Amino acid sequence: MVKRIGSFLKSFWRTFRSPSGYFSLGFLTVGGFIGGVLFWGGFNTAMEATNTEQFCISCHEMESNVYQEILPTIHYTNRSGVRAVCSDCHVPHNWTDKIARKMQASKEVWGHIFGIIDTREKFLDHRLEMASREWRRFEANDSLECRNCHDEQFMDFTRQSSRAAAAHQRGLVEGDATCITCHKGIAHELPDMAGVHGWE
Amino acid sequence: MRLISLLSSLAVCLLLASHSVAAEGELDALRGNVPLLEEPEPEPLYRVEDRGLRQVREYPMQPPTIPHRIDNYQVDLNANRCMACHGRTRVGETQAIMVSVTHYMDRDGNFLGELSPRRYFCTQCHVTQSDAPLRVDNIFVDMSELIRGSRFSGQ
Repeated sequence: MVKRIGSFLKSFWRTFRSPSGYFSLGFLTVGGFIGGVLFWGGFNTAMEATNTEQFCISCHEMESNVYQEILPTIHYTNRSGVRAVCSDCHVPHNWTDKIARKMQASKEVWGHIFGIIDTREKFLDHRLEMASREWRRFEANDSLECRNCHDEQFMDFTRQSSRAAAAHQRGLVEGDATCITCHKGIAHELPDMAGVHGWE
Repeated sequence: MRLISLLSSLAVCLLLASHSVAAEGELDALRGNVPLLEEPEPEPLYRVEDRGLRQVREYPMQPPTIPHRIDNYQVDLNANRCMACHGRTRVGETQAIMVSVTHYMDRDGNFLGELSPRRYFCTQCHVTQSDAPLRVDNIFVDMSELIRGSRFSGQ
């Protein structure tokens, strides 16, 4: 078996290395260019498709738990009609980080196939673990996904309530807090917070 | 037998009379005096006070009002958003006001290590304020004003 694979690889490598005997240079370069564009476009389109809310809530684990919880929150229902969908907060926007996150997310496909959180009870059992993972991610990247829209450099503190302005000044500008330090549970319900720092 | 039927019809009349009085002049909080088959115009959502400034209490034992918005604050078995700022161990970081020490006492006056379960649900006593117009006239007079008034009239 190993021998057969080895001989197949060897013959493939020989063909791959040898110059083309049938196709013109023009065909190969233009064809390669068009093929590359099609591949790259298709790849990005497919990846964008996995970034839509429709895709996320096509799994009932997302649709019946976390999606229901975001509906009444400010990030989903608000006066100005700006909406943050799943990927806005849970997938980094720049390319390398996005690919890294997408690779991590393959674990979530595994979880879906094997039904790790396929009932409400199982979901609640795993909720702290999953939430902690997101909090760690936000703390590690300085709440990057929050900062795609919110940034203390762009905040007009005079337009905030005095207690919000004071807290942002103290935590973000002078201190070393990041958005998620205080704003846990802003879009989804919290798990049992006993033992989580800041929640006693 | 006749007496009973007379009495019962009298009672029904009285009930109807009191009901019609209520429908004419009194405030109907549920439907706002709109007939059953009509759709009432919903009240606008009034702005909730969010200045973060402490308000005077109307009497010494009044639970202080909440001077900020509490939309979607989670207070349940899992988490207490209020105590994440107002709890004893949290006020250093958040500079919020610590809940009164009575909240750490059980009903026998013993001090507990953490918030007493009977004080856990903050909005049972503490509420936000909005700029909604008063539905009924409020004639409440602060007792210190009452005392001042009686002093003047007494002398």
